[in-house]
Amino acid sequence: MNQNAKQFRFKSELKQLLLPLFSLVLALALGYLTMLLMGYDAAKAYQSLWQGIFGSRNAIAESLVQTTPLIFTAISYALTYKAGLINLGGEGQLYIGAVWGSVLGSRLSGIPVWLHWILIFAAAFAGGAIWGAISGLLKVRFKASELITTIMLNYIALEWVSFCVTNLPFKDQTAGAAPRMPTVVDNVKLSLLLPKTRLHSGFILALLVLLIYYLFMWKTTKGFELRVNGQNPNAALYAGMPVKHNAVLAFALAGGTAGLGGIINILGLQYFLTEGFASGLGFSGVAVALLGNSQPLGILLAAFLFGALNAGGIRMQTAAAVPSAMISMIQGIIIFFAVSPYLLSWIGTQLISGRNRHNLSLQNQLPPESAQLAMTTDRGKSDPEKSR
Amino acid sequence: MQQETEQTKAARPALQMKGITKRFGSFTALNQVDLSVNTGEVHALLGENGAGKSTLMNCLFGMYGQYDGEIYWQGEPVRITDSQTAIRKGIGMVHQHFMLIPVMTVIENVVLGMTDNHWVLDLKAAARRFTELSQTYHLALDPWAKVEQLSVGQQQRLEILKSLYRHARLLILDEPTAVLTPEEVDGLFEIIDRLKAEGHTVIFISHKLNEVMKICDRCTILRNGSVAATLSISQVRNRETLARLMVGNETDLDLHETDCHLGSQALLEVKQLSCRGDYGQLICKQLSFAIRPGEILGICGVDGNGQRELVECLTGLRQAESGQYLLGGRELLNCDARQLLKSGVSHIPEDRLKYGLAPGMSLEENLILADYKRSDFARHGWLRSGRIRRQAMALCQRFGVRFSSLKQPAAELSGGNQQKLVAARELDRQPRLLIAVHPSRGLDVGAARFVQNAILSMKRKGTAILYIAGELDEVMEMSDRILVMYEGQFMGQQARANYDRTQIGLMMAGTPIS
Repeated sequence: MNQNAKQFRFKSELKQLLLPLFSLVLALALGYLTMLLMGYDAAKAYQSLWQGIFGSRNAIAESLVQTTPLIFTAISYALTYKAGLINLGGEGQLYIGAVWGSVLGSRLSGIPVWLHWILIFAAAFAGGAIWGAISGLLKVRFKASELITTIMLNYIALEWVSFCVTNLPFKDQTAGAAPRMPTVVDNVKLSLLLPKTRLHSGFILALLVLLIYYLFMWKTTKGFELRVNGQNPNAALYAGMPVKHNAVLAFALAGGTAGLGGIINILGLQYFLTEGFASGLGFSGVAVALLGNSQPLGILLAAFLFGALNAGGIRMQTAAAVPSAMISMIQGIIIFFAVSPYLLSWIGTQLISGRNRHNLSLQNQLPPESAQLAMTTDRGKSDPEKSR
Repeated sequence: MQQETEQTKAARPALQMKGITKRFGSFTALNQVDLSVNTGEVHALLGENGAGKSTLMNCLFGMYGQYDGEIYWQGEPVRITDSQTAIRKGIGMVHQHFMLIPVMTVIENVVLGMTDNHWVLDLKAAARRFTELSQTYHLALDPWAKVEQLSVGQQQRLEILKSLYRHARLLILDEPTAVLTPEEVDGLFEIIDRLKAEGHTVIFISHKLNEVMKICDRCTILRNGSVAATLSISQVRNRETLARLMVGNETDLDLHETDCHLGSQALLEVKQLSCRGDYGQLICKQLSFAIRPGEILGICGVDGNGQRELVECLTGLRQAESGQYLLGGRELLNCDARQLLKSGVSHIPEDRLKYGLAPGMSLEENLILADYKRSDFARHGWLRSGRIRRQAMALCQRFGVRFSSLKQPAAELSGGNQQKLVAARELDRQPRLLIAVHPSRGLDVGAARFVQNAILSMKRKGTAILYIAGELDEVMEMSDRILVMYEGQFMGQQARANYDRTQIGLMMAGTPIS
């Protein structure tokens, strides 16, 4: 009995994986069709996409580089989602975190590097956390919909960034530089994981944060409280959990995580903050979390999928001249299918029942051995018509 | 003559289900079930929680799409793969939880999902037909009223009319009396009689054997997914026979009452408690009562007279306006749920799915829902998974919860098993005060007795118990004392030694008796 139950559970977990996989296949197929219709060499495009993802050491590294920030922003959405809240403010939280972090990263010097790192990360986390907590507070204090406030705070954050890159005391004062914040000092830049690629140790940090997300949500009492609230807010009240406090906490943690994602892209990749250095990462994070079902492993796989598509898309653009917007389209279709499981299962049953119907009708007419024959004769019939 | 009509009826069954088998993964919910229902009869479907009643009816109503076995409807083989098909064939189902949209009008709910004309929505014409129909069946209902304004009984009528509007010949009523007051139940029985007179066939799913004995012609009893018996109600001598067939011979159906010594001092004292309802109206008016250790105080009354709000005040889910709430001499008025839990208050909530469980979380997590911070289950903020699992295993075994894995979500359990889960958690805490609201609602006889006996064992340990239930019989059977509540006030009380049903009935209707 227990063995059976285990098997059953395993099967249902496998099913969870099947849905995104099926979505991916369908999305690639639709992308292929679209490219054909638009007159691109679709086969070449996918070949170069593949090359861009796995084709070389550098390609793999680039895929992981793109994966890294998505893990942070996906956790940012997933954590609130698991707690019964919706955080669409990952983008803004990421930027605010990056601003706070790069202020510290470029200013302080003469302190041990480990302390500097701690201070930078703490600042980035705090910046994002405060930005997130604002939405949480507005929700519990004034019942403001977090959907609206998180989105609106994104715009405010973006305006802040544009202020910081063009105005004193934040902007880079190097003569003739484009609008940006000062470069971080050399010794806090993250080391490379693979020499001669852009893959930096921020990827390891992302995995670490993912592990912390898992431990926090599933192994601690606080995480338990958050998940109960996500499942049934009334049960959380019934069990005497500090529901309002937890909502603010969830938003703060989510914002902080997004903020970390922002600063890690600065320390590992770009070294200075420009306007739009991470544009769209917040919203891609939502997509990744949805696709990964807010589960740690799911987020990892989904973030890699999206990161790899982004990385490969660049190659696709250069090698096959297919605009990388095609990648955004494919990502969109993946999400579209992944969030409509009923549509997918309908397509699945149609495919299966269609095949069965076909088989049945053949079996009804003819003994099984001649089924093959029947198909050839069918084709034979239609051919003369064509030639006519 | 009588004999003959019986025979002709038997000769044309409206519905036959043959060899229905339904598996969920490795679990066989139905195993070769046969059900035959004659035209114009009221056929009861009986069984314990999880015996397969709902599964069988869901197969019939096309909720699963796939099943093994055959269904004959009006003598013809049919394959029902979705509920639209079932409705088209003339099968209607009134679910236990109504499928209505509260903010829409009655008539809008009636035409919902109907597709006779894709382009035009003629509500007036629909309302005319609806009114005619409701007159035929003497079920007066204003088509333009908002559903949220209807009482539960009226909503049920609406569900029945909705099915009739769609030309249903067979009506499946899933535990229709569970949510009704006694008067509403009588009303429903009249409706069922009328449906029968008009030649409709009714399948009646219930746990309440006296109701089955009263209005059904035949019954089919399911046990563990198989048919235990099909018999005429006229052949059944008493309720016990049916109960035995449902639970088999092993289950204990007796109530283990023992005389136990009541403490002399009150453990719980509530004085002059007042609170407001959801719409700001004063709903509990200066309520005072006391419970001694080892005493069960029953509160009865028609639903909606302030019982729910009183319980919410006592469990920290609602703020009281004024009054005192003393447990063992300590003031607890308007403490939050956490402080109350710590002070030893357990609560079996009225609606287990609304308050008592996190449906998507696992059994083991639900079993520590309110106790997750206890040192047995958590240390320095980390959950202790090994202990949690052992606790869950022990509780599930002790309370006979049927499950396939401790990791499975609580939502996968049948209603009765969910209730056992809640009861197990709340009773295991060894509370000083237990507030049990409808603890046996939706439970079969065996499970209800089990939960009641568990509560009685708490009584022996000296817990003060507040017992609230919809059925007078149940409250009388369990309590040492009964208070009757009407419009937020107590109409009077009766001690177990001299219960008087008529007087209680009078008090429930609003006559104070001292």
